[in-house]
Amino acid sequence: MEFLTPTSLQEALEAKSAHPDAKPIMGGTDVMVELNFDHYRPATLLDLTRVPELAECGRDNGSIKLGAGVTYTRVIAELGDQLPGLAMASRTVGSPQIRNRGTVGGNLGAASPAGDSHPALLAADAEVELSSLDGVRRLPVDEFYIGVKRHAGRDDELITAVYITPPQGPQQFCKIGTRNAMVISVSAFSIALHPDRKEVGTGIGSAAPTPRRARDAEIFLAEALEADGRWESRGALPEGLAREFGDLVKAAASPIDDVRGSAAYRLHSLSVMARRSLGWAWDDYTSARKA
Amino acid sequence: MRITTTVNNERHEVDDVWEGESLLYMLRERMGLPGSKNACEQGECGSCTVYLDGVAACACLIAAGQAEGRDIVTVEGLAEGDDLHPVQQAFLDAGAVQCGFCTPGLIVATHDLLARDPQPADSEIRESLAGNLCRCTGYEKIIDAVKLAAGRMASTSAGGGA
Repeated sequence: MEFLTPTSLQEALEAKSAHPDAKPIMGGTDVMVELNFDHYRPATLLDLTRVPELAECGRDNGSIKLGAGVTYTRVIAELGDQLPGLAMASRTVGSPQIRNRGTVGGNLGAASPAGDSHPALLAADAEVELSSLDGVRRLPVDEFYIGVKRHAGRDDELITAVYITPPQGPQQFCKIGTRNAMVISVSAFSIALHPDRKEVGTGIGSAAPTPRRARDAEIFLAEALEADGRWESRGALPEGLAREFGDLVKAAASPIDDVRGSAAYRLHSLSVMARRSLGWAWDDYTSARKA
Repeated sequence: MRITTTVNNERHEVDDVWEGESLLYMLRERMGLPGSKNACEQGECGSCTVYLDGVAACACLIAAGQAEGRDIVTVEGLAEGDDLHPVQQAFLDAGAVQCGFCTPGLIVATHDLLARDPQPADSEIRESLAGNLCRCTGYEKIIDAVKLAAGRMASTSAGGGA
């Protein structure tokens, strides 16, 4: 096995180009488990922890650029008020030890349907930056996930950053697991209200082959809020609206039965999480006016 | 490959390290530091918690090569000579050690917690130790030990400053 340790982004891209089969490793919270259990053995490990560009975060043309190597601990500490949905999701990741090492970029690279950051990234319309020696491109995150643990990045590309527009409205995230820490979610849901453009964002986790949005639910809710002027009035949600939203979120999922939970439970829990998280988000939205 | 690290303030140079092996394996099997325990090898149990450049992490999830040139502190590095660190002494005094397997990881995790928050609330203790599994104690004695250590460390530092 080879172990490559680039110390700049340029070197990292050159290494990935020369070794397209190299397995990138950041916090190791997924990759090392595979190695420890000898589930697979890549010919080359590409250690990205010494690439300073990946550990940066800051503003870029009105967006927040989150380097692929920024840990969950840093997302929580540095971006908690700017990216509330992603920060909420980050707080539910593993344990302090895992959050100290795990990164949003690594979560994207693993592309597990159960990855905690995905629902929040989907709801917030995040874009994934993919870089290679040929250049840089950005993909909407919902086009990034293409199958179970598969993403749209090419073999010569590295995930280098995530771009998120700072939200103009409330965001919520919730997940179901057997305990309050150290769980791979049974199901997860995130919602973002975008009052500036009168749109709604959603993200579903652990309930389909990939993380995915609930488009019909988003459109339904945005139109319902628009129809009775509720984006402006910020009045209480009408009876039944949140429940119908939850049903549409449930309809967007296609879960399986597995060791963590049954498909039926995942569907039910999603509808409940969607209903409740809309309520919490709407409470945030109405209290923001009073504040 | 050859790996050079600083472990508990001592420079270590190790040859023939396999590129896919973990820092935990290197510490235990190549450096003779068995304090960090090997249990789950997937970051679930926290028994191998160490500091890497001052950040608490599971050594089983750090590739040995990622530790090249870094500064590592293990549970063996917390005591000063024969004097146990107050966290270690508190675990003994509070009865927080039963079989002892989870203890090194919990000691390091508690050391990290008290460095960040010298007087943590119960909820903060539980949250901070959520990544460390203990199958003996039921955790109550461990939480007692954290509070005992926090109290002793506060009175020591207050006395020292007076």
